[in-house]
Amino acid sequence: MAEVRSKRFSLGQLFLCMILMIFALAAILPFLLLVISSITSEEVLLVNGYSYFPEKLSLYSYEYLFTVNLASIGRAYGITVFITVIGTTLSLMIAPMMAYVLSRRDYNKRNAMTFVVFFTMLFNGGLVPQYLMWTQLFGIKNTIFALLFPNLLFNGFFVLIMKSYFTLNIHPALIEAAKIDGASEFYIYRKIVMPLSLPILATIGLMVGINYWNDWMNGLYYITKNHLFSLQNLLNRILVTIRFLNEFANEVRLDKELPSISIRMAMAVIGTIPIMALYPFFQKYFVKGISLGGVKG
Amino acid sequence: MEARMKKKQPSAELPLARRRRRRWFTMLDLMLLPGLVYLIINNYIPMGGLFIAFKKIDYSLGIFKSPWVGLRNFRFLFSTEDAYIITRNTILYNIAFIILLTAFGVAVGIMLSEVRKRYMTKFFQTTILLPQLISIIIIANIVFAFLSNEAGLINKTILPALGLEPINFYSTPKYWPFILPTVFVWNRIGYSSIIFFAAVIGIDRELYEAAVVDGANKARQVMHITLPMLKPTIITLTLIQVGRIFYADFGLFYQVPMNSGALFDVTNVIDTYVYRALLQSNDISKASAAGFYQSIVGFVTVLLTNLLVRKVDPENALF
Repeated sequence: MAEVRSKRFSLGQLFLCMILMIFALAAILPFLLLVISSITSEEVLLVNGYSYFPEKLSLYSYEYLFTVNLASIGRAYGITVFITVIGTTLSLMIAPMMAYVLSRRDYNKRNAMTFVVFFTMLFNGGLVPQYLMWTQLFGIKNTIFALLFPNLLFNGFFVLIMKSYFTLNIHPALIEAAKIDGASEFYIYRKIVMPLSLPILATIGLMVGINYWNDWMNGLYYITKNHLFSLQNLLNRILVTIRFLNEFANEVRLDKELPSISIRMAMAVIGTIPIMALYPFFQKYFVKGISLGGVKG
Repeated sequence: MEARMKKKQPSAELPLARRRRRRWFTMLDLMLLPGLVYLIINNYIPMGGLFIAFKKIDYSLGIFKSPWVGLRNFRFLFSTEDAYIITRNTILYNIAFIILLTAFGVAVGIMLSEVRKRYMTKFFQTTILLPQLISIIIIANIVFAFLSNEAGLINKTILPALGLEPINFYSTPKYWPFILPTVFVWNRIGYSSIIFFAAVIGIDRELYEAAVVDGANKARQVMHITLPMLKPTIITLTLIQVGRIFYADFGLFYQVPMNSGALFDVTNVIDTYVYRALLQSNDISKASAAGFYQSIVGFVTVLLTNLLVRKVDPENALF
C-alpha cells in the first residue's frame, strides 16, 4: 500500500517537473538563440537566418568588437559601469536613511513625511513636465547627470519597503539604549541600524543596480551625443539604424556600414554577461526583493 | 546638600530637555532631507508642471512666459482619432496582461511550491526569472531574431518546414495583439510566480494536513485551500495593476515592435504617443495634453479602485 502510494507520488512529481521544465526552457531557449547567433558565421546567417544549429561557427563578431570597435564599446561599457556604481552608491546613501527616519515611532513628522513618499506612488507628472524640468531648469541634456538622476536614484516604493523592514527588525529599545549611552542619531543609524540591515540593503541595492545597468530611457530622452551613450543606448542606436535601413531598403543599398547581425547579437551578449555571471550569487536577494514586493508595505 | 542636588538636577535639566524637544529641525530631519529633496525634484516639481498642458509652449519665451491657451491642446488631441486608439490600446493590453500574468503566476507559483526537491525548486525559480533581468532592448533583439523577415527563425526555419508562406510580422498589425502579451508574460512570469510562491509557502501547513485526513486529493486541496488563501495577494496585486491601467510599459510597446509605423494602430499606447509627440514630432501641445490626461485619469483610477476594494473587502485596500 505504502509502496504504491510513494510510487504514484513520484509520478506526480515527475509530471510536475516536466511542466515546469517547459517554462524553464521557454525562458532559456531565446537566450540560447541570441548566444548561438552571435557565434554564427555571417554568411550562414544571411542565407539560413537565425538558427539553433548553424552550419558554421565563427568568432569574427567578437574579434571585430574587441579590435575595430573597441573604443566605442569600451567607452559605452565604462559609462554603464560608472552610472551603475555611482548611482547605486548614492541611492544606498540616501534612501535607507530616509526610510530609517520614517520608521522611527518617535519622529514627529512621521505620518506627514510617509504620506509625502507614498503619494509619489499614486500620482506623477509624466514625461513632458519631467523632460522640461530636467532640460530647461537643470540643463542636464547631454551630461552624465542625465543618466544618473531622472527616476533611477530611488522611488517611493523602495523607501516604503525599507521602512517596513526597519519597523519590524530594529527594536526601539536598541535605539533607546544607544541614546542613553550618548550616541548621536547619525551614529546610531550608521553603526547600529545599518549593520543590522544588510539583507534589505543588498536587496534594494541590487534592484537599483539592475535598473541602472538596464536603463536606456534616460539615454533616449536626454542624450544625443554618441560619446555619452551607455551600452544599452549604443545597442538601441544600432537597432534604429537597422530599422531605418530596412524601411528604406530599396532606396539606400550602399550599406557597407550596415552593422552585421552577428555583431549586434555579440554586443547584446556582452551587455548581458555581467548580469548573468553575477546572477547565481545575487539570486537569493533578488527573489527576496520580489517576495517583499507582494507584501503590503 | 544631597537633597539640594537632587532637587536642582531635574530643574536644571528640564528646560534644556524642553528646548531640545522644541527644536523644529532635528538630526532626524537632516537625515531625511536628501531623500526628500530628491523626491521633490524628481516627483513633485513635475506634478506642479502639469499646468503646461494649458499653455502653448514657446521655447524662446520660456515655460512661464508662454501664453495660456485654455483647453486648446486638449481639443487638438481629442479631435484626432489618436486619443481613442491610444486609450483603447493601453487599457485593453493592460487588461489582457493582468489576467494572463495572474493566471500564469498563480499556476506556476503553486507548481513551484509542490516540487519536493529543494534544488529543483531553486533551479526552476532561477531559470524562470532570467528574462526579468534583461533590458527590453536586448529582448527586442531576441524577438527580432524570431520574427525578422529576412533571417527570422520563424520565417526561415519553422514556417518553411510546415510548408507555410513567410509572414511579414513587422508590417502586419493583426499578429501583435498576440505577440505583445506573449513577450510580456515571458518577461514577467518569474516575478509574478515568485510572489505567489512566497504566498503559498506562507499558508499554514496544518490546513493541508487536516484536508489529507479528510481524504482530499491534491486538486481539491488547491481548489479549497490554496486558492482561497491566495485571494488577498491576488486582490492586492490586481489592484496595484488596475490602478496603473493608464500606464503602459514604454519599452515593450516602443522597442519590441521596432517603432514600426505600420503597426501603430495596434502598438501605440499613451506612453509611446507622448514620447513621439514630444521628442520625435516636436508637438509639445499634444504631448502635454496626453500626459495630463494620463496623469489625472490614472490618479482617479487608483482612487476609485481602492474605494471599490474598500467597500468589498476592506482588509485588502491599499490605503
